[in-house]
Amino acid sequence: MKKRFFGALAVATALSPVAAMAQTEVQFWHAFTGRLGDLVKAQVEEFNASQDEFVVVESHKGNYSETLNAGIAAFRAGEQPHILMVFEVGTATMMSAEGAIKPVYEVMAESGASFDPDAYIGAVKGYYTTTDGDMLSLPFNSSTPVLWVNRDAMEAAGVDPDTDLSTWEKVGEVLDQLKAGGEECPLVTAWQSWVHLENMSAYHDVPFASKDNGFAGLDTELMLNGPVQVAHLSAMGDWAKDGKFIYTGRRNEGGANFRAGECALFTESSAGYAGISSEAEFDFDVRPLPYWEGVTAEPQNTIIGGASLWVMEGHDPEAYKGVGEFLSFLSSSDVQANWHQNTGYLPITAEAGDATRAAGFYEDNPGTDIAVIQMTAKEPTANSKGLRLGSFDQIRGIIDEELEAIWSGDKTAQEAMDSAKERGDALLRRFESANQ
Amino acid sequence: MEKRVTFRGWLLPLLLIAPQVIVSAIFFFYPAAQAIWQSLFIPDPFGLSSQFVGLGNFEFLLSDKFYRASFLTTAIFSTLVTLCSMIPALFLAVIADRLIKGSGVYRTLLIWPYAVAPAVAGVLWLFMFNTRVGVVSWYLGQLGYDWNHVLNDAEAMGLVVVASAWGRISYNFLFFFAALQSVPKSVIEAAAIDGAHFWRRFFTIVLPLLSPTAFFLLVVNVVYAFFETFGVIHTITGGGPQQATTILVYKVFSDGFVGQDLGSSSAQSVILLIVVGLLTVIQFKYVEKRVHY
Repeated sequence: MKKRFFGALAVATALSPVAAMAQTEVQFWHAFTGRLGDLVKAQVEEFNASQDEFVVVESHKGNYSETLNAGIAAFRAGEQPHILMVFEVGTATMMSAEGAIKPVYEVMAESGASFDPDAYIGAVKGYYTTTDGDMLSLPFNSSTPVLWVNRDAMEAAGVDPDTDLSTWEKVGEVLDQLKAGGEECPLVTAWQSWVHLENMSAYHDVPFASKDNGFAGLDTELMLNGPVQVAHLSAMGDWAKDGKFIYTGRRNEGGANFRAGECALFTESSAGYAGISSEAEFDFDVRPLPYWEGVTAEPQNTIIGGASLWVMEGHDPEAYKGVGEFLSFLSSSDVQANWHQNTGYLPITAEAGDATRAAGFYEDNPGTDIAVIQMTAKEPTANSKGLRLGSFDQIRGIIDEELEAIWSGDKTAQEAMDSAKERGDALLRRFESANQ
Repeated sequence: MEKRVTFRGWLLPLLLIAPQVIVSAIFFFYPAAQAIWQSLFIPDPFGLSSQFVGLGNFEFLLSDKFYRASFLTTAIFSTLVTLCSMIPALFLAVIADRLIKGSGVYRTLLIWPYAVAPAVAGVLWLFMFNTRVGVVSWYLGQLGYDWNHVLNDAEAMGLVVVASAWGRISYNFLFFFAALQSVPKSVIEAAAIDGAHFWRRFFTIVLPLLSPTAFFLLVVNVVYAFFETFGVIHTITGGGPQQATTILVYKVFSDGFVGQDLGSSSAQSVILLIVVGLLTVIQFKYVEKRVHY
């Protein structure tokens, strides 16, 4: 309440009193700090300056988990914002919260703002649409995992930096060579579950969970203990044992090692671009995420990570009109192209991608389009549309624990994934009964 | 010899205990009752609907072998934290007590760490032991020891214990120091004249006289280790590697505030409440018998 008051006060002093009276306020809670926070602020300012009917007030609420929690707590207290940023892991939680959220397609239809669902890139949009094709939340920042290569480290170990790294079979050979060449950290990763299980499954067109990865119903079960996943994790486990894959932690701790030039190969989000390009004092390049040639001749698409914007229930129709205008502004080609080029996040509309290409950005910054190509080369299948699992934050925690058991050699990949399935399924059943 | 003060009438005594009762009711009894009530439901995160499951949440928890395993983890963790925070504190207090000059400075310096919040302490220790940039892990590497608490259970446990105990040493030190100051000098001097050397005097006279303080600290430190250490665990290990540092209270925090599973989280709080209650009763019943007031 107090915050809202001060926000309104700030706006009132910034604008003429008459205009301020007429303006409808839209609260926007997000999880961005630093450079990303500044970029969001700039977007909001641009929108506010572009019209005088609405004023968007942005506020930072902590990291992804904290922002979601703040939104939930606020809803329980009847103080929810209009727009809440929720990371992809919280998607199922939000979807099931009927009565707390107002689907984006509804908001757009009611507000009359320009909105064309077909303009959005399928692989991005798919994560946040119902099986009937209705968009529930607006994709905001989306990225997908790619392979980052430290060319200097490759050369130092006597490996040709232009070596083909398109398949894991070839990566395996290169890891041997790197190790033999004295490289102490041949491969490192960020977000292990997201890259090496969730994306790994989609990329090879195998299910991560039943019921179309949870899209078709709450009675879904994990299927991450399938032969494809287990074979991949076994290989990773062997590499870990031989010191060819170095485990640094559950989040993106490995990024620090890679950016400092200590590691040769790094599987991380395409949005790692901002950090790597500003910190790395070595020659690097970006490659598509490798796939197993033995499993598929041609990989499917990878899936996204990142966040989307959810509209919360319980506000005036007038305010929703402002929400619609703001979301429409965010999806506009210029805003998206800028965002994509500044952050390494994917453009959410095909048009923004085309504009970026036309401006010659990909030529000036080679590799920045790899993520886009990897996502959009193929039409997503039921296995590669995304994941929609309840309690997914906790399930990822379980997967992290079981993966650690593989890396330390305590369990085989099969044992670990069987256990992850059993424990994860128990949580899925709880989520199902909580949302009946 | 117990001293009893008798009040005439009801009003004054009621008025005098009212603040304590009100504070306890608002900040303890009400939330505790809420936790017990909520532990019987599986609610959705937004509070839109909730399903009565009776003791279902408890059944779910106790049938989970990872949850049962975290009792043992908690026992190990709490014992280590209590020992690591009390023994060094007693040692430092004894030394400070023997100082004639400069004990004020020494005391002040020792109290500082208590002002550091657990989560911040966690970050500080993590920074020193960070496998990549940590100063301590770098020196250990120079000595040929490969520190990796990200994958090594014992190292992870050691690190969270030290980080949790560190700030408490100051707190315990304060109490021990005050207690030492109140040990009558005449008794010690008499023993010294009888020829008892320092350690003999310490174990036969000082320690028994410290026992009420030590007992109080034991209870308080166990409660601390059980309830207030999740900040340290959250910042250093997140409960890992695997579940090596997932203590009961950390699971309450992560299931409730990260996983949004308020039903299970409440049930876990209730279990934790019972465990700590039992422990305190045991402490008062058995350990306190050996305390001399």
